[in-house]
Amino acid sequence: MFESISAVTNSAGYILGGVGVTLLLVGLSLFIGFICGIVLTLGQVYGPALVRRFVGVYVWFFRGLPNIVLLFLFYFALFPFMGFDMPAFGVAVTVLGLRSAAYQSQIFRGAIQSLSDGQMLAARSLGMTRWQAIRSIILPQSLRLSLPGWSNEYPVLLTDSSVAYVIGVAELLTRTSQVISRTGEPMILYLTCAVIFILLNYGGMMIIQYVEKKVRIPGFGNNEAECL
Amino acid sequence: MSDVPILKVENLCKSYGDLEVLKSVSFEVRKGEKKVFVGPSGTGKSTLLRCINQLTAPDSGFVYLNGEEIVHSGKKINAYRQKMGMVFQNFNLFDHLTAVRNVELALLKVKKMDRKSAREKAMYELEQVGMADRADFYPAQLSGGQAQRVSIARALAMDPEVMLFDEPTSALDPELKREVMEVMRTLAAQGMTCIVVTHEMKFATSFATEIYLMEKGEIVEHGPPSEIPTSPNFVKTRAFMGSYADE
Amino acid sequence: MDNLTSTPVPSDGPIGFFQSMLDSIISQIPFWQDILLPALWDGLWVTMQLVIMTAPLGFLLGLLVAVSRVYGPAPVKWLAQLYVIFFRGCPLLVLLFILYFGLPSIGIVLGSFMSALVGFILCNSAYNSEYLRGALQSIKRGQLLAARSLGMTKAQGVLYVVVPQALRRALPGVSNEFIYLIKYSSLAYVVAVIELTGAAKIIASKYFMYFEAFAAVGIFYLVLVTITTFGVTWLEKKYAIPGVSGAAVKTEKGK
Repeated sequence: MFESISAVTNSAGYILGGVGVTLLLVGLSLFIGFICGIVLTLGQVYGPALVRRFVGVYVWFFRGLPNIVLLFLFYFALFPFMGFDMPAFGVAVTVLGLRSAAYQSQIFRGAIQSLSDGQMLAARSLGMTRWQAIRSIILPQSLRLSLPGWSNEYPVLLTDSSVAYVIGVAELLTRTSQVISRTGEPMILYLTCAVIFILLNYGGMMIIQYVEKKVRIPGFGNNEAECL
Repeated sequence: MSDVPILKVENLCKSYGDLEVLKSVSFEVRKGEKKVFVGPSGTGKSTLLRCINQLTAPDSGFVYLNGEEIVHSGKKINAYRQKMGMVFQNFNLFDHLTAVRNVELALLKVKKMDRKSAREKAMYELEQVGMADRADFYPAQLSGGQAQRVSIARALAMDPEVMLFDEPTSALDPELKREVMEVMRTLAAQGMTCIVVTHEMKFATSFATEIYLMEKGEIVEHGPPSEIPTSPNFVKTRAFMGSYADE
Repeated sequence: MDNLTSTPVPSDGPIGFFQSMLDSIISQIPFWQDILLPALWDGLWVTMQLVIMTAPLGFLLGLLVAVSRVYGPAPVKWLAQLYVIFFRGCPLLVLLFILYFGLPSIGIVLGSFMSALVGFILCNSAYNSEYLRGALQSIKRGQLLAARSLGMTKAQGVLYVVVPQALRRALPGVSNEFIYLIKYSSLAYVVAVIELTGAAKIIASKYFMYFEAFAAVGIFYLVLVTITTFGVTWLEKKYAIPGVSGAAVKTEKGK
């Protein structure tokens, strides 16, 4: 028992360093997914037929493949084939980010399509250009409407980020496994790893819920009961 | 009054598939005139308004604003639209912005005014429609009548030369209709040029300088408000307009 | 064919390029035919076993957890909630490692396939229970009251009146989870189950054919997921009740 505890405490620093890698991985992927997701959505909703078609295929591809297959495909095949010498961390961020973009684009698309046509009409009737209307009316509204769906993206990416283990990214799970291969105690250490993930998960969700409350607008979205 | 009409509409046509919504509609509006369009639902009145400011592209025909043709004006249409304020049946206030920010948004983005003068202008317009005390309310916190008044203020803020009202009171309860009509009357008294599509006959006769009766995409009759309500054409079509309020 | 390949062609021109591409494709046919595809078919079979065994068990366990959370007495409620927090918050991969590497250290040896299966069921049930809980809670209180007024017990009311309605509402979420299950079944590879991904990885490393192996396995998954998506959409339409969420479209079309 004492041995178990000392195994955990001795390697605590190294494992906790993995938390930083995991969070960086998740944060960067969310960011890439957000930016690419918006671009994809705008292409799909407002773009010409060819662009819409491309976005459709993109989304189908990234949503249809398991994370692990995408990681293998990019790490062992696509990037080497194209001559990119990218470290595992970069590959993981790229894959998780591009995949998240596919999911996020569908959240945004749903939100944009739920807005009434009148919003665009009213903006255009005031003399705004299409792009001005998209930027100052459609995007702010649809981004707010996407928040509930978007906040779901964080736990998904957090749990998915552990899959980066298979290409050797030194995130939380990989480091835990490395420590286990030296010191043993797989049960205690993997359980600890699980608990850390769960804490990150719910801690992050609490922050997101706080932000959601901050940017909430009376009567806009799903909080009508509150203002009446 | 100048010889050039503020707005001239020439042979506007618009079809949706096989359905001809506008069949060669022509009319002109001079400064200070109030033109009111009445007629059964689905006779192209709202489409006409949208074809005027090009929110809907007409199939053929011309629209002249102060003598300049605007149907084929390309990007310049955004400048022309500022001179034609539009008020929608469903208000279409920007749901994510407070009343005052609804009014000032286009001032900032389109007219590129600085924040301070945009805010002053927006507050001034809200005062004009009696909504200054609700400036920081979100659309969902306003009654229908209040929302419509804000949307009128939003259009007025662009200093339009003509206002297009697309059934501005249809979505409102009777008691709320009155406050919107009141605002429109004040505007009219200040000399604003107006084109109104409405189902309120009583309001039309007291508001209009000229009433246009539309049926199946055509202007079937037009004349001063003293004549139209008693014209044979109107009496005939009236039977098909169950929705007309008599008040 | 022989004639084509034996003809000497200049290596620069476009014809030469296509020629060499054709050659390399032709030279790969035996690899695909004799090595890659048979391995992937075997892997597909294992993947299907995992998915088909997990889905019903994960659903039933999820329903049990959901009902416990909504209608159970306080301690059962908490337990169910803890269950959901743990198995949703813990990455599936970590869960698989706990089952495969951790449990043997306290004397429980599940083996590869069982570890994967148990992990999938736990994870799948936790996610399903959330959809089912939402659906249960969305059913109006009046439904249960009406059932009770007819003399049913609370359990009967829940079982015969609330659950059937909730199931239809939870269908989109549950079927989405089924599609996720197909994809995350690929994680079984990490605990040495040779399913689709595992089969591809083994071939890829053994023959150094990474591109071919992962492209092929990617196509397998895309086909599998696309077919399932169509099937699930069809099911959802078939079991929609007019007037109950999502069924409106169907009645309109029917008119």
